[in-house]
Amino acid sequence: MSKTTTDATPNAADDQDLGAAGSQLSTAPKEDAPNLPALGVIGWARWFWRQLTSMRVALLLLLLLALGAIPGSLIPQTGTDETKVADFRTAHPTLGDVYDKLGLFHVYSSVWFSAVYILLFVSLIGCIVPRTWQFVGQLRSRPPGAPKRLTRLPAYTTWRTEAEPEDVREAALTLLKKRRFRAHVAGDAIAAEKGYLREVGNLAFHIALIVMLIAFAWGQLFKSEGNKLILEGDGFSNTLTQYDDFKSGNLFSNDDLVPFSFTLDDFYGTYETSGPNKGTPRVYQATVDYSVGAYGKDKKSVIKVNEPLEIGDSKVYLTAHGYAPVIKIRDGKGKVVYDDAVPMLPLDSNVTSTGVVKVLDGYKNAQGVREQLGVSAFFLPTYTKGSETASTFPALLNPVLNLTPYYGDLGVDSGIPQSVYQLNKTHMKQFKDAQGKDVRENLRPGESMKLPNGAGTISYEGTKEWANFQVTQQPGSTWALAGALAAIFGLAASLFIQRRRVWVRAVKGADGVTVVEMAGLGRSESAKVPEELGDLAGILYDLAPGAPEAPDAEEPGTEKLGPEHTDPHTHPHPPVVPAERPEK
Amino acid sequence: MTLAAVTDLAGATNLAAATNESLANLSNTLIYSAMAVYTLAFFAYIAEWLFGSRSKVGRTAAALTAEAKAKAKAPAVTVTKGGSTAVLERPQVVVRSAAGSRDVPDGPGAHGGDEQGDLYGRIAISLTVLAFLVELAGVIARAASVERAPWGNMYEFNITFSTVAVGVYLSLLALKKNVRWLGLFLITTVLLDLGLAVTVLYTASDQLVPALHSYWLYIHVSTAIFCGAVFYVGAVATILYLFKDSYENKLATGGTPGRFANSVLDRLPASASLDKFAYRVNAAVFPLWTFTIIAGAIWAGDAWGRYWGWDPKETWSFITWVAYAGYLHARATAGWKGRKAAYLALIAFGCWLFNYYGVNIFVSGKHSYAGV
Ligand code: HEM
Repeated sequence: MSKTTTDATPNAADDQDLGAAGSQLSTAPKEDAPNLPALGVIGWARWFWRQLTSMRVALLLLLLLALGAIPGSLIPQTGTDETKVADFRTAHPTLGDVYDKLGLFHVYSSVWFSAVYILLFVSLIGCIVPRTWQFVGQLRSRPPGAPKRLTRLPAYTTWRTEAEPEDVREAALTLLKKRRFRAHVAGDAIAAEKGYLREVGNLAFHIALIVMLIAFAWGQLFKSEGNKLILEGDGFSNTLTQYDDFKSGNLFSNDDLVPFSFTLDDFYGTYETSGPNKGTPRVYQATVDYSVGAYGKDKKSVIKVNEPLEIGDSKVYLTAHGYAPVIKIRDGKGKVVYDDAVPMLPLDSNVTSTGVVKVLDGYKNAQGVREQLGVSAFFLPTYTKGSETASTFPALLNPVLNLTPYYGDLGVDSGIPQSVYQLNKTHMKQFKDAQGKDVRENLRPGESMKLPNGAGTISYEGTKEWANFQVTQQPGSTWALAGALAAIFGLAASLFIQRRRVWVRAVKGADGVTVVEMAGLGRSESAKVPEELGDLAGILYDLAPGAPEAPDAEEPGTEKLGPEHTDPHTHPHPPVVPAERPEK
Repeated sequence: MTLAAVTDLAGATNLAAATNESLANLSNTLIYSAMAVYTLAFFAYIAEWLFGSRSKVGRTAAALTAEAKAKAKAPAVTVTKGGSTAVLERPQVVVRSAAGSRDVPDGPGAHGGDEQGDLYGRIAISLTVLAFLVELAGVIARAASVERAPWGNMYEFNITFSTVAVGVYLSLLALKKNVRWLGLFLITTVLLDLGLAVTVLYTASDQLVPALHSYWLYIHVSTAIFCGAVFYVGAVATILYLFKDSYENKLATGGTPGRFANSVLDRLPASASLDKFAYRVNAAVFPLWTFTIIAGAIWAGDAWGRYWGWDPKETWSFITWVAYAGYLHARATAGWKGRKAAYLALIAFGCWLFNYYGVNIFVSGKHSYAGV
């Protein structure tokens, strides 16, 4: 290996001493000062590229990414909570406008956040590709030969022996190879290197980051997510029209929906009955019968909060649960005009719920005129005296249904879509009793209320339960997971494996006695390098035992050690070497 | 079910509730006892430092002021290394630190070589071991009383966290690592952590909401606590590094640090050793932190229908992760090593702390059932 390599060397001072010996111990890009480039577009482009793929800029981009992620955690985000964003906008109109301009309500899909991570990943690719080539080059070439002065290296040892230099080198080569070093004879010395897996791990880690990002982006583009509220006993099949609401990524197409269907057999929930967490759900599960494809066999499954039902790329989650009072409405003549379970939306953790009944046609009032009916309903699964408007427990212990009936025009024919949970009262009138008071009544199961002037009756027949399911499809999650696992292993290899070199030189001294010199160099200074060197030296020393010391054999730059230091048992733990070596 | 069976069941539940209640009380007693023993340990550590201040060490100062002389000789530290077999004579490995780095020896530790100080230090460690065992018993009793892992709310998280932090410290001691200097700083903050836990954060023992019922709870939260404890040890070392480094800088440029700095900082390991220790600790636990986030994502995938949704807790784990990645990068980037990297490490730990306290208390998100 020649001195012209442009790779990182431990530092400028060591450069002259170690030559190529310390080079390419890592594939980290060389840091050069941000000199302004020579003129010309290509010059600037190259300069820009060099800057972008330098460690300094990568570090700055990393810090920017962290910094940029912060506002999204403190400002309400449209992606997670649309209503909070709306609240914020009404509370702070001017600030809201500013935030809007800056994309602060959707930080993680904003232009500037995307710019940071795209730059980071361009930088990452620009870093990985050359590093990979360089590493392949390192694998194909041999470990660099021994520097002239081994004493300059961070760990060094020497002794004199009667053995022939060739024999010592031969023994060293065998020993190092047995220790799984890549070793070869280079002139009068053995050059050996170990720990390439560190670099492999580091490259694998950075590549895994790219895999994860692509998998995540892929998932965002092709994902779909829909909600469906299902009454006990009812079913659902996975087509677009069946969903209550549905969101999908930009590239999703309806054919991507996994074909399956299921019916909700039973919802079962139990709740903490006492203590500070009274009312907290304990068991919360839905039993379903599902089948895959058009002619699939029926299978039973239990869906719990942490245990979605997985069908192909789809997952079916249990996200909410509530009650659906069965309401029967008769007109003045006693004809049943409505008989259905009406799902109520929970308002709090004790499942105080609201809902609406809409009778669109079939109803005629006392005068025999066609009219529409609307009933706004409040439902308390556990009614306690004194708490008139809020349930006191989530289970169905003492249900009360509070009804307020209206008549008139529901406004559904105007063509504007309406929520099934809201009543448009602009053309509706409230029923009044003989005294002119609003009609409003609390019903228990089995009870009915009479509408004034023979307008009919409303009865509360019983209560069904419903469960809400979220069906999500996010392709690419397997890739994301694989990338994540590869990242962990790569990272562990990169951080725990030391890459290091060992040289063993054996030459005949002037007095005809062989001088053995061993030296070790790690990418970063570590106690392990001298320890390992000592270990190797100990074994080699047994193969090539020491000869009497020549009076002038001492190398400059090393301190001679006192005899009390020679007993290996007095220092079972060598002191940790101070200061990590600057790598560049 | 017959009526008798129902009342039987109710009776059994009551009985179980009663034993749980007494276990919870036992746990509280144990935690308070642990605090008492930690307090004793705290005073013993103080005594160690006080007695240690009697001895005049001045090793750092000597090394730095004699630098010119030392440079002329050789900036080498010598170390012996024996082989595996007992042979009388062995070649010695000479270890040389990088050119340009200071060659400051490690300080002797809090006791400063003072015999009485050392004795108090040993007493402090014994008391720490005792307090650790008592606290551990308290955590286990708590777990038994709630019949689940003791990580359901911030109170439980805090008591487990400090137990693990002390456990990490004691394990390092048992492995004969040079970490005795951590003692006083660690125990002081453990006391603060426990004080906060039993006053502000206390939550009566109870079971978990279904969203927390998952074996991922064990995996994700236990690694999160462990990582936090180790990052914390790293942060303490980093702070001490910054102090010691400016102390060394001051000495090297001919300044005279204050008496207090002289006395305390001189007894700490060299700044290079502290820096290295902090790096090792942070780097060692970084892959586990990565795993923690991934385990959390898998759990979120099961519980909430998406593995990543930029929930505040997720976001802050990500920020913490990126900040530590930045720290590791900084140490490989020219011009960013040393103090700048150390500041990054502290910022990263600050992110971890904010993720725990700040997000639980100030920001609402899907994770906010932590039961403040
Ligand atoms: C997505 C953002 C990135 C993350 C999260 C990340 C993370 C990490 C981590 C944790 C390490 C520590 C492993 C070690 O010290 O051996 C590391 C090392 C490294 N990274 Fe990155 N990195 C990112 C982007 C980049 C980019 C853009 C570059 C190229 C400019 C780069 C180049 C390197 C190099 C060369 C090392 C090894 C340093 C050494 O040899 O000590 N990384 N990276």
